[in-house]
Amino acid sequence: MKKTYKIEVDCANCALKMEEAAKKTEGVADAVVSFMTQKMKVEFTEGADEKQVMAAVLKACKKVEDDCEIFFS
Amino acid sequence: MTKKQKKVLYRIIISAVLLVILHFVPVEGYARFLLYLIPYAVIGYDILRKAVLGVLHGEVFDENFLMAVATVGAMALGVYQVTKGEPGEFAEGVAVMLFYQVGELFQSVAVGKSRRNISALMDIRPDYANVQDEDGNWVRTDPEDVEIGTIILVQPGEKIPIDGVVAEGNSSLNTAALTGESKPRTVHEGDTVISGCVNLNGVLKIQTSREFGESTVAKILELVENSGMKKAQTEKFITKFAKYYTPAVCCSALALAVLPPIINGLMGNACNWESWLIRALTFLVISCPCALVISIPLSFFGGIGGAGAAGILVKGSNYLEALARAEIVVFDKTGTLTEGVFKVTQCQVSSETDLTESEVLRLAAYAESFSTHPISKSLREAYGGEINRSLVSDVEEIGGHGVLASVEGKKIAAGNGKLMQRLHIPFRETDSVGTVVYVAVDGTYAGYLLISDVVKEQSQAAIASLKKAGVKKTVMLTGDSRRVAETIADQLGIDAVKSELLPGEKVSAVEELLENKSKKGQLVFVGDGINDAPVLTRADIGVAMGALGSDAAIEAADIVLMDDDPMKLVRAIRISRKTLRIVYENIVFALGIKAICLILGALGFAGMWLAIFADVGVMVLAVLNAVRCLQVKK
Repeated sequence: MKKTYKIEVDCANCALKMEEAAKKTEGVADAVVSFMTQKMKVEFTEGADEKQVMAAVLKACKKVEDDCEIFFS
Repeated sequence: MTKKQKKVLYRIIISAVLLVILHFVPVEGYARFLLYLIPYAVIGYDILRKAVLGVLHGEVFDENFLMAVATVGAMALGVYQVTKGEPGEFAEGVAVMLFYQVGELFQSVAVGKSRRNISALMDIRPDYANVQDEDGNWVRTDPEDVEIGTIILVQPGEKIPIDGVVAEGNSSLNTAALTGESKPRTVHEGDTVISGCVNLNGVLKIQTSREFGESTVAKILELVENSGMKKAQTEKFITKFAKYYTPAVCCSALALAVLPPIINGLMGNACNWESWLIRALTFLVISCPCALVISIPLSFFGGIGGAGAAGILVKGSNYLEALARAEIVVFDKTGTLTEGVFKVTQCQVSSETDLTESEVLRLAAYAESFSTHPISKSLREAYGGEINRSLVSDVEEIGGHGVLASVEGKKIAAGNGKLMQRLHIPFRETDSVGTVVYVAVDGTYAGYLLISDVVKEQSQAAIASLKKAGVKKTVMLTGDSRRVAETIADQLGIDAVKSELLPGEKVSAVEELLENKSKKGQLVFVGDGINDAPVLTRADIGVAMGALGSDAAIEAADIVLMDDDPMKLVRAIRISRKTLRIVYENIVFALGIKAICLILGALGFAGMWLAIFADVGVMVLAVLNAVRCLQVKK
């Protein structure tokens, strides 16, 4: 399953860090962050719970860049 | 400016003013340090906080950390000078932080602005659809809620929100937002219209044929919004580079601060701790990788945005990057280099008759007026006038030969050479390329009409420009007969032709070409999206042309040209080259200046002020250069 989320991040380097952090999160098969379009595309592993994974992704991202925001509901 | 940006702006102004005032305040020693701490805190508190948080989270080497270490180091050095009884130098530390913030603010404003520019270029999202409610009043509804088959009303000046068919009304449409083409398109009842066009004059009632999510406009928006996700090689390189670069620089700075003084000490010279520490701090300020990290994605994004404004949709930076290395361009013939519609291109009257060209055409059109064959349709179109079918009688269609009919009492035979032979009518066979319709009137050969696919006006110029742009080989694939294919290829100046291909054979033809190209070169396939989705996928870069409304093509292609003009491909290559040139300029420029400044800094020739230029100045210049990608020559 692939999903795209709107994000808010201020600098290009921070976006790269968010991408790294998201990739390492459990339940994420792959992640791409586009700083220019302010979007994050996440590919989940089989059977992963989207909400749980995204909460973990947000936490991991906040750790590397505490100014960032990911909008998922 | 956003709220966040405004806040930073105020902080910059406050601390800049404080810095100027403090310059004239005659305070010495620790009091001076404490006073300078005020502007320092105002401008740098968030950077320091992020640096500390970063370290706590194990993210040691980032630009916040670099800035924090450099400025705290500079302030500490000032305190050290005070302990020795000298007047401490505190302004530099504050100034570095101040300029860093100015640079960040500039970057954020510039990026935000180009993002808005690009969205404005692609401003095709319709806000509402006019739908009739139970009482018959037209109400504005969310396009997402409109079901297939609903009648929607589009007033002049409004955007068509959903794909559909005109149920009532005539108007002209502005397709500029989709195709970059400013010529309006006229539509009448029964015509298919696509979403995203702007209705110019008449009121249209449209029966929707798709849901909003499946409509052209939604597909295009999705494509554009996802374009940033496919990253170019260059972008990936910079990401990797930044990962190793920052730690490397921090280690070098540490070595620069510690090793020379120790070596000096061991050799019995003065250690000079202070001067080497300053050099190390300068080193840190210079080294910030921001200029590269921001300007490269910005360049690609600008290039994609600029291309979008010209009616060229690129699905990712990787394709934009690859297009610059186009080596072989393979064209599908029908619909790509040719119009894909059959027209009467020649009318030759035999010397044995006194009929004129238009009379021969008229008689042939009348004779064929009951036929539904595409050839008959072309004849009727070429004739153009109203056909009075009561004048036609005794129609007899002979499969594979042609038609016999009586028109205004004359016996007309219209068909291929076999028909003439069958009727024993002597005629002169022509070797013109295309479908030939021979016409005989009352048993005498009257002439022939040549019907062929028309080559697009711009095709020849497009091939020539591709060659000029450095494309090594142009190839044409077609299912058409060899004679037709070779004539067209000669006419257009195409290098190689593969004709009489079945749809499946096109893929193997492309695979063969892929094997023979150079390793770095790219194979571009251009098709009209009908029946060639597998080839589009197989080529390095698949370009679908005139894809308005053709979903399969939008899905399979990497680049979509919104209208039928083959010159757009040349334009796409130019945009790609320009973008790449700017990207390389930025890499060379930013790395070059930094390398020079780093060496000067390490040798002690560059002070803090040069360091600030190397960081912020280079970034500002790189961003300004990147913004140029957005500008596309009309």
